[in-house]
Amino acid sequence: MDVSVSKSNRWTRASGRYRREGSPWTGLWAVVAKEMADHLTSVRMSILEILTVLTATGTVYVAAQNLRQTVAQDRFLFLKLFTTAQDPLPAFVGFLGFLVPLIAIALSFDAVNGEFNRRTISRILAQPIYRDALLLGKFLAGLFTMALILTTIWLLIIGLGIMTLGVPPSAEEVARSLWFLLLTIFYGGIWLALGMLCSILFRQPATAALASISTWLFFTIFWGMLASLLAQALTPERGDLITQALTQVRLEIALGRFSPNTLYAEAALAMLQPSVRSLGLVLPFQLQGALLGAPLPLDQSIMLTWPHLTGLIAATILLFALGYVIFQRREIRA
Amino acid sequence: MQEIVLEAQGLTKQYNGFVAVDGLDLTIRQGEVFGLLGPNGAGKTTTILMLLGLSEPTAGSVRVLGFDPARQPLSVKARVGYLPEQLGFYDNLTARENLIYTARLNGLSREVAYRRIEEALAQVRLQDVADRRVSTFSRGMRQRLGVADVLLKHPRLVIMDEPTQGLDPEAAREFLEIIRQLSADGITVMLSSHLLHQVQAVCDRVGLFYQGSMVLEGTVEELARSVLGSAYRVRLEVAGPDRLEDMLRQLDGVVSVHRPAPTVYELEATSDLRAAAARAVVEAGGDLLSLEVELPSLDDIYAQYFHQSDGSDAQTDAGGRS
Repeated sequence: MDVSVSKSNRWTRASGRYRREGSPWTGLWAVVAKEMADHLTSVRMSILEILTVLTATGTVYVAAQNLRQTVAQDRFLFLKLFTTAQDPLPAFVGFLGFLVPLIAIALSFDAVNGEFNRRTISRILAQPIYRDALLLGKFLAGLFTMALILTTIWLLIIGLGIMTLGVPPSAEEVARSLWFLLLTIFYGGIWLALGMLCSILFRQPATAALASISTWLFFTIFWGMLASLLAQALTPERGDLITQALTQVRLEIALGRFSPNTLYAEAALAMLQPSVRSLGLVLPFQLQGALLGAPLPLDQSIMLTWPHLTGLIAATILLFALGYVIFQRREIRA
Repeated sequence: MQEIVLEAQGLTKQYNGFVAVDGLDLTIRQGEVFGLLGPNGAGKTTTILMLLGLSEPTAGSVRVLGFDPARQPLSVKARVGYLPEQLGFYDNLTARENLIYTARLNGLSREVAYRRIEEALAQVRLQDVADRRVSTFSRGMRQRLGVADVLLKHPRLVIMDEPTQGLDPEAAREFLEIIRQLSADGITVMLSSHLLHQVQAVCDRVGLFYQGSMVLEGTVEELARSVLGSAYRVRLEVAGPDRLEDMLRQLDGVVSVHRPAPTVYELEATSDLRAAAARAVVEAGGDLLSLEVELPSLDDIYAQYFHQSDGSDAQTDAGGRS
């Protein structure tokens, strides 16, 4: 056995290569194009698109009806289209908070196990591409599809706004809503990467879908409660009551931000409501000298949400990397 | 000697302590049709995956067309076609669309891809159904589409894992015809199977695989000689004098003589003894009614080999051989 190993080393040296040959992204765009075509023509996507467009039109129309009376009283009328709620309908941002994860999971929960179940995986990997290209291609196709849908909806809302409100959006409003669009896409990226991870971990698409949706439900419903319980338990009993209470609230906010939902909701709020000046705890004395109700300039709002965007992107990359490592090690033998 | 297309030395694969392939040595030359034969679970698929660089060997080395599959998988996979045992296509796409995806993954330009797709479809006679969804295809058609898929890259070597499994006899016969055609076109073919008569029908050389190692290798005749001790079975039907056995047994090269029926004699011999046997019968005053020689089938070799090894390890799964 030793003989053969040394022989293999010699061969490697003779060909002058210690590393894998070629780019790991060979064939990436072929995968992206094929997967996107699949997504855009699938029945599953059509249903979700119709649902999203209906939601967008409905909430924005109601918001516009509501806002008509207040024209000229607000500098950021357009942004209000996204955030104005009218009972019983929640605001469009609220809808996006759970529609985006749903779309993302629907796009990815059978990405890898689907290839195994269709038995196409060995045939595809026998083509001159690396697994890297297959996995990243599938992820990018999902992300692009989502970006396409969300951008369409964004344009639809701007158009509806111009029609119903009768005024064009200002440059700052466009910039803010574009930043919000970016946030939304990467918020979807997390769930896309999660769905993909589940599709690598679980052989059955149904199991993968359930696991992703449970994770999402956990963060949407239970994480908030859990964060406050944890904060209560973890706050050290030191100093006076006020310090303790402050520490507890700060801890709760920090823990809450582990949930992508919280990150997204906070960032969306700060971008779409320029009057939001801080996303943490603000004590009365810190407000001394501040012009209450005055909107924050665009760059300050971006600064405020920068950590949120990087957090969303970092979580996406982390989840993708985890899936990548597991997928690379998987034996393709079914 | 023809150029070596594939060479494996001491190839070993272990999964969690279980040895799937144990020190395999294998050499395949240009233009051969090589059959990898063995019961299910003998390690055939694992071997094939390692040859393609789709699975990392625990030890040993492989050279395919001069490349190391573990280090240069793209060069190997661009030149070697692989037809997996579990062949799947995207059912929602047409046959042509499936092939276009493969062509794009191979980095073929549009014109080259379209030309090769037409050629490949023609070669496996699927032109008429090229624009039908693969979900409507029969198993035989899928298998042929798999060959078209492999032909797109103009491979020098094609590796097929259980290519005829699950095909009805007619489809299997057609498929073997395609393999012969590939071989005639100068493509080296390696196929694995547990269906002996089919391997026998197309393969130049056969390797018998058992519990992770190659226990026998050679042409069907060579295998027969080494396992059965005799390669030819001559069957005579004789009317006339009784008791020809002793006389037949004295012929040169006869290993044994049986008499399954009163008028039928069966000789096992190391060479084709038809002429000598006929002369002997006539000289003894008998009337020769029929005379035929049959080559031993791989089934015989197989049964004989596993019969021998059953003595030492009785757990050989008989079910896997069917």
